[in-house]
Amino acid sequence: MEIKREALPQDMDFRSRQLMSRDMLRGDLEDAELERFVEQAVMTTTLDRAVAWAQGNSIYPMTFGLACCAIEMMSIVAARLDIARFGFEAFRASPRQADLLILSGRVSTKMAPVIRRIYDQMLEPKFAISMGACCSSTGVFNNYALVASDKFMPIDVHVPGCPPRPEALAHGILKLRDKIQHNDREGWRERYDAVGTEEVVPVASGLGDGPQAADGHEGLLIARSTGDAAGA
Amino acid sequence: MPDAAGLEVIADELRAADPTSVLGTTFDRGRAEIQIDPSKNIEVIERLRKRGFNFLASLHGVDYYPQEPRLGVVYELLDMTEVDRISLKARVSIDDPKIASVTSIWPGSDFPERECFDMFGVVFEGHPDLRRILMPEDFEGFPQRRDFPVGGEPILFTYNETEQYGKDR
Amino acid sequence: MTALGDYRKREESISYSVESAGMGERHELLTLNIGPHHPATHGVLRLIATLEGEVVRDIKPIIGYVHTGIEKTAEQKSYWKVIPVVERMDYVSYYFNAMAYCCAVETLLGLEVPPRAQYLRVIHLELNRIVSHLIWLGTSALDLGAMSMFWYCFRERETILDLFEMSSGQRMHTRYFQIGGVFEDIPAGFAEKLQKFVDAMPTRADQYADLLEKNQILLSRLRDTCILDEQTLLGLNVTGPLLRAAGNPWDLRKAAPYSSYDHFDFKIPVGSVGDNYDRYRVRHAELYESTKIIDQALNGLPEGPTIADDRKVVLPPRHELATSMEALIHHFKLVTEGFRVPEGEAYYPIESPRGELGCFVRSDGSAKPARVHMRDPSFVNLQATAPMVKDSYIADLIATLAMIDPILGGVDR
Repeated sequence: MEIKREALPQDMDFRSRQLMSRDMLRGDLEDAELERFVEQAVMTTTLDRAVAWAQGNSIYPMTFGLACCAIEMMSIVAARLDIARFGFEAFRASPRQADLLILSGRVSTKMAPVIRRIYDQMLEPKFAISMGACCSSTGVFNNYALVASDKFMPIDVHVPGCPPRPEALAHGILKLRDKIQHNDREGWRERYDAVGTEEVVPVASGLGDGPQAADGHEGLLIARSTGDAAGA
Repeated sequence: MPDAAGLEVIADELRAADPTSVLGTTFDRGRAEIQIDPSKNIEVIERLRKRGFNFLASLHGVDYYPQEPRLGVVYELLDMTEVDRISLKARVSIDDPKIASVTSIWPGSDFPERECFDMFGVVFEGHPDLRRILMPEDFEGFPQRRDFPVGGEPILFTYNETEQYGKDR
Repeated sequence: MTALGDYRKREESISYSVESAGMGERHELLTLNIGPHHPATHGVLRLIATLEGEVVRDIKPIIGYVHTGIEKTAEQKSYWKVIPVVERMDYVSYYFNAMAYCCAVETLLGLEVPPRAQYLRVIHLELNRIVSHLIWLGTSALDLGAMSMFWYCFRERETILDLFEMSSGQRMHTRYFQIGGVFEDIPAGFAEKLQKFVDAMPTRADQYADLLEKNQILLSRLRDTCILDEQTLLGLNVTGPLLRAAGNPWDLRKAAPYSSYDHFDFKIPVGSVGDNYDRYRVRHAELYESTKIIDQALNGLPEGPTIADDRKVVLPPRHELATSMEALIHHFKLVTEGFRVPEGEAYYPIESPRGELGCFVRSDGSAKPARVHMRDPSFVNLQATAPMVKDSYIADLIATLAMIDPILGGVDR
């Protein structure tokens, strides 16, 4: 992000800056001096960029470990490659509180509707990283049991590897952070002209003798992203 | 493992009790196997349990396509005091894949039998809750059978995602 | 759709209901769905808990959320190429999966593994056992609330993964074990680094014990909770640390030694009561024993080849391809078609960190296996959850699930 900052004049040392700040806080600085102080002390930027910068630096990933990649995801929280350096150590279990879904591991056909439902429950702005070969493209196993994550939910960053090293995952997360901070619109939102996905409340799939769903489908199997519907 | 002679002793004891239960024995590369009549599996297992093989190490299914009878259920039994292993194989045909469940003997064969049913279609009679365990409940077909296709789908990339799913659908 | 309504009905407890328990009219049983996505770090396990207040009356585990069709995929690949597929089953103890499969195929082939390869296999297996127990310890402590254990355990894990990376190039799923031995000899520097690790590990394990065992909360949560006796466990076909915690010293490394385990002197930790505390203590004690085994294996490492000599099965060494035509032909044949295995079936059990891991391979004479089945210990051990947590609190359920140490990759395959 672009930060406009004035270089410090050579005659200003730390003590003088301190005194100037103190004067400003007391209200003793006036006009030209005050302007000069503001230019030196405060960063100017647009609100969008500031918000994007803050957003990118405070992502709450969601704990979504499925298989082997989950162990490497736990490694990035561990001490050697510490993701707390970037501010992302607050892993949240609830989708309502998280904004990054790191899909780590193989997605089976039984699990896909569950993941989709959880993704839908996340609030905008939300992002998804597909970690590892298995969720990006079924990896080693291209068979009846697995489904690539692109088929049922929109993904922002794919991280290759089987499993990706913690450094590789960190690279992927930082790439996502760059994308957020630069308001990079390239991706599924641009291609589909979408503003997000819709949470589908399951219709009627009650336990026991509840009313059955009208069209015979259990609510959580219906998943759609309102691309054109929302935009049009 | 019981050696070849020991295996014959066990098989003879089983035949002495019930001549039709044992269909054959095989001793190959250290593995002792007795082929049994599927309708008599519980009796044979009980006799072997009295002999000391009272731990079920594994229960799994095999598809012997194209040989008939196609589906086999293999019980790997273990004798913990003698450290002996013996396998029992019961082959059922694909048109009538029924065999008695051993959950009354070992409650821990609950999941393996459900998996065998899910993957091969072998129906275990007497199982308290026989339904699919690994595949989704409404899945049709038995994946592990040799004539079930492996499946798999072409992978979506940006260049082919419109052909596969298309925003212009 | 009545089938779906049926399904919901069948998910309720089949063995416990208000009528069967003789509860009064004003009582109600709560059916709570835990999972498949939940904060506990044990993978995608779904539990349907039937609760009476906060007491668990019945538990039904529903699995299959990470079913990968590994066994079906393995039938499509030649024997050599099955190794990476099968390794990804129980994703925390990957060397064990490869070991069980390789040994089963070696039995079918009648292949003899050279002693150096056996010792190297033992070193890597025991290192993997320590990794598995460290991950278990870190995530279980996290579940119970002792969060700092996670970082300490993963620090040790990083050291071991550095060792794996030295010997094979990968941290996880290394494809280091091959049919006939191991892929490559250990590089220079591996032995020193391993020795340093082995010298430091017992102190570290002591530190873990110090952190956890004097804590009254942990002790109250683990001691005398969810006890299950040995006979019930044997009926449930449970093996591994769960059975040893109940007092049965069954360990395949001692009972039916494979791959030179009988050359090493180590003990089997056995519990007495069979509660969660014993399960924790057994696994913690196994850390020391594995370190001892690695120490002995490292110091007694014999010289020799690291893979069997049979060129029909094992790739020739790379330098020979430039000089020998035969080696080139063997290499070509092995890489394109693979080797053929004579017809037969083999079941090879080994002792993985969770219990008896067995691999059943059936070959029909071609270059691809006709059936590969992994008897996974977590799959069978998970059946013990329901009897263990019956009539305990939900908090005990979480602790017990942590102590059972299920790995859903192995459960679902």
